[in-house]
Amino acid sequence: MSSISDFKGKSARAIVEMALEKAREHESFHALLSLDEKRALERADLVDAGKLKGRLAGVPFIAKDNFLTLESTTTAASHFLENFTAPLQATAIEKLEAEGAICIGKANLDAFAHGGSTENSAFGPTKNAHDDTRVAGGSSGGSAVAVALDIVPFALGTDTGGSIRQPASFNGVIGVKPTYGTVSRYGVVAMASSTDTIGVLAGNVDDAELVMDILSGRDSKDMTTLPDFFKPIVQLDAPKKIGVIKEFMTDDVDAGVREQVTGYIEKLKAQGHTIEEVSLPMLKYALAIYYIVVPAEISSNLGRYDGIRYGERSKDAKTLSEVYGLSRDAGFMPENKRRIMIGSYVLSSGFFDAYYLKAQKARTLLINEFNELFNTYDALIGPVAPTPAFKLGENTADPVKMYLADIMTVPASLAGLPAISVPAGLTDTGLPVGVQLIGPRTSDATLLAIAKGVSA
Amino acid sequence: MAVAPEILDTYEMTIGIECHVQLATATKLFSGADNDARDKDPNTAINPIDFGLPGMLPVLNREAVTLAVKAGRALNSKIATVSRFDRKHYFYPDLPKGYQISQMYQPIIIGGFVEATLEDGAPVKVRLHHAHIEEDAGKLTHHGTYSLVDLNRAGTPLIEIVSEPDIHSASAAKAYASELHRLMTYAGVTLGNLYHGNMRFDVNISVAKKGATELGTRAEVKNLNSFRSVERAAQYEFERQIELLEKGEKIVQETRGWDDAAGKTSSQRSKEDAQDYRYMPDPDIPPIVLTEEDISAIQSTVPNLPAYYRANWEQLGLDRSVVEALLATQSYAVLVDEVLQTSGPDTARRVAHWFVSAINPGEEAAIIASNFSPEAYIELSDMVGKNELSSTAAKEVFQELLTSEQTAREIAEAKNLLQVSDESAVLAIVDEVLEDPASAQSVADIKAGQEKAIGFLVGQVMKRSQGKANPAMAQQLIRQRLSE
Repeated sequence: MSSISDFKGKSARAIVEMALEKAREHESFHALLSLDEKRALERADLVDAGKLKGRLAGVPFIAKDNFLTLESTTTAASHFLENFTAPLQATAIEKLEAEGAICIGKANLDAFAHGGSTENSAFGPTKNAHDDTRVAGGSSGGSAVAVALDIVPFALGTDTGGSIRQPASFNGVIGVKPTYGTVSRYGVVAMASSTDTIGVLAGNVDDAELVMDILSGRDSKDMTTLPDFFKPIVQLDAPKKIGVIKEFMTDDVDAGVREQVTGYIEKLKAQGHTIEEVSLPMLKYALAIYYIVVPAEISSNLGRYDGIRYGERSKDAKTLSEVYGLSRDAGFMPENKRRIMIGSYVLSSGFFDAYYLKAQKARTLLINEFNELFNTYDALIGPVAPTPAFKLGENTADPVKMYLADIMTVPASLAGLPAISVPAGLTDTGLPVGVQLIGPRTSDATLLAIAKGVSA
Repeated sequence: MAVAPEILDTYEMTIGIECHVQLATATKLFSGADNDARDKDPNTAINPIDFGLPGMLPVLNREAVTLAVKAGRALNSKIATVSRFDRKHYFYPDLPKGYQISQMYQPIIIGGFVEATLEDGAPVKVRLHHAHIEEDAGKLTHHGTYSLVDLNRAGTPLIEIVSEPDIHSASAAKAYASELHRLMTYAGVTLGNLYHGNMRFDVNISVAKKGATELGTRAEVKNLNSFRSVERAAQYEFERQIELLEKGEKIVQETRGWDDAAGKTSSQRSKEDAQDYRYMPDPDIPPIVLTEEDISAIQSTVPNLPAYYRANWEQLGLDRSVVEALLATQSYAVLVDEVLQTSGPDTARRVAHWFVSAINPGEEAAIIASNFSPEAYIELSDMVGKNELSSTAAKEVFQELLTSEQTAREIAEAKNLLQVSDESAVLAIVDEVLEDPASAQSVADIKAGQEKAIGFLVGQVMKRSQGKANPAMAQQLIRQRLSE
């Protein structure tokens, strides 16, 4: 995979043309939903003319198709927004463009980012970069595959419960899910507002770090953003104390995955870091908490897709109630509907206390357990997912089995913690395995520095 | 409806009122769009946030928080140091996000009370449950086979003030609504324009036999936009519900609408159709955190409220109706109070009466007073005190003074209204009148002890002086001459 520094001093037009060509060459993986050749080449010419400068001048990237971009559709991989073009851009896109980066197209995802395989896309699944009979992971599957196939050096993704980390793991790239509030969510189609984060997928740690440095910071358009705390760390000044999460290394986890994670841990030890086993008993509730809180927020955030102002509006609707019912029926995928129903149920009067409030209380206990460990440890480590990429169609019939694949990524999301997925190696069958580093809030740069030490 | 008064008398009504107050902010509650949609074309005072575009996030308008804190001061409430926003979900075309952002669980304004007065002077104290900040929805207009959506009002900041069920008569409901309006406009919380829906009232009313320990089933009359409609709707419901009960029927818990022209309420939807709003804390908006210092700093900027003026003006001995009439216009109240502080109660009393009586009812709106300098009115009062102006002439000067940049004296001079109080000048006219043969009868009458006859002579002096002679001086000089 190429890195950002490879593009220094080269013609931006040539770089962008090459990226577009690669995108077409790899069309069969279905990583991308659209290419914006016109705008990309115009911007490349501006770079070559010296009118567009910055730390990413002429560097092509791809955005998950839930980021609003100008002059191209933003579909969220849904029929609802199939023909939707936004009148403005996401803050993340604006920040990258301000540094001269060039968005060449939009990546596939599970519709509205609901899923962990990109099989819920209304436009068909993305295939794994290493094995096209297997899933890309998700929901940022298209972004991960685009980077793994070296179409672009980095891609934007969103991570609500593992949507950057898990496809990064499945495709052997770096995935950064920052501390909640690090990057503005403005202009990104909302999934679950309390855990939605914007992050990056990249071929190497340095590039991920550079992009995070550019993306991070307070945005007056997103009240949940934090003041810019992200400062790249060239080299750690001292070895770190890292806890291996016991609950994530049981026999239930694929042996090949455990082997690669263990191998990575050995490399950390070789770097001088202290490694100890730790336990978080609350982890066993994390998935249950997640699949109450997140659908609740989803059911709320998807309320705006009503067929009144934009997007899908059923031609067959004769009454107001049919405008809602038929438009939403046609616009949403089965997984979207499932989550809307679960979410509406847990928020309904009489169930709110028993489900939503109880889940939020349990969430607080989980956060407390993490905080407790971070009094002693600088970071926690474990796998990203219990298995490598599974077969296309393998889990689609069983939503619960699909949800179980998120078991290792949702805890950091619920706690708002930074977590990164770093390629640890390949299984015997040649499938990538990622290792997950989780840190206390705002320790994002430290996690990247730890990974940098190993890859150096 | 016809229920005999003696039967009505055996019942009591219980009313709680929810009042939506539109906050006078420059921009909307969560977007930078203009908050004043009056005279604007549909869907022009909106931006992508109000439109509910994908990826849009609310940004809380701090000015709305400030106004809510001020409202809390006017309502004698406690301000929560931590309050939060929640989402209230329902589908309707005028609600762009599929939810309204409101404060369900931790409102910013807690408790409080409003003290109003009935027309006969009896006090009414209404406790408040809470008041919360929320955004308004847009508007639909219906055109036969289709409806149009206008989102100009969507996102307008409101506070909803929820009273306890402390009101027991239609007139008390009106008095409460009116006092609430006065408090909110005095505190600068709202522009208070009822015609434009700046304040809207939902009246919850139930009836029960006097002395009953349990309240009856309530009906809610929604969207009343005048004090009078609050009163009329309450009285209508009182009688309607009693009529049903007397017939042995049950009151249905429901939402009713008010037809102002017909003077009737009618059923809109029953409790069975009530929606489950699926309230949820809004994860996009951090809690509003205020320190006690923040709260005091904001509340110290709240101007004097009606209660202050009522207490401070007791020394004036004004009729209660005069005080209330003055309080109807905050700028008049401020001015009279300034006059009181500068020049004392006699001047203030005189100025107060001018503001109440010299502006003809119905013309208030036409007269947009621009002169609020207390000195101008004090000067006018002094001129009356020194007999330079008759009370009739003073009213005329006052009316002009309201919008004039000239002084009272300049106006009086220009209008040739100054009284002649120069004794020799008035005496000369008195002598002329006394020498006039037409006066002989009156002179004789006076000398015969008929005091009233002096009126004719004073009138003659006024006539000859073209109304400018000081009448009191004229009378005194006539007496003096006749007794010589």
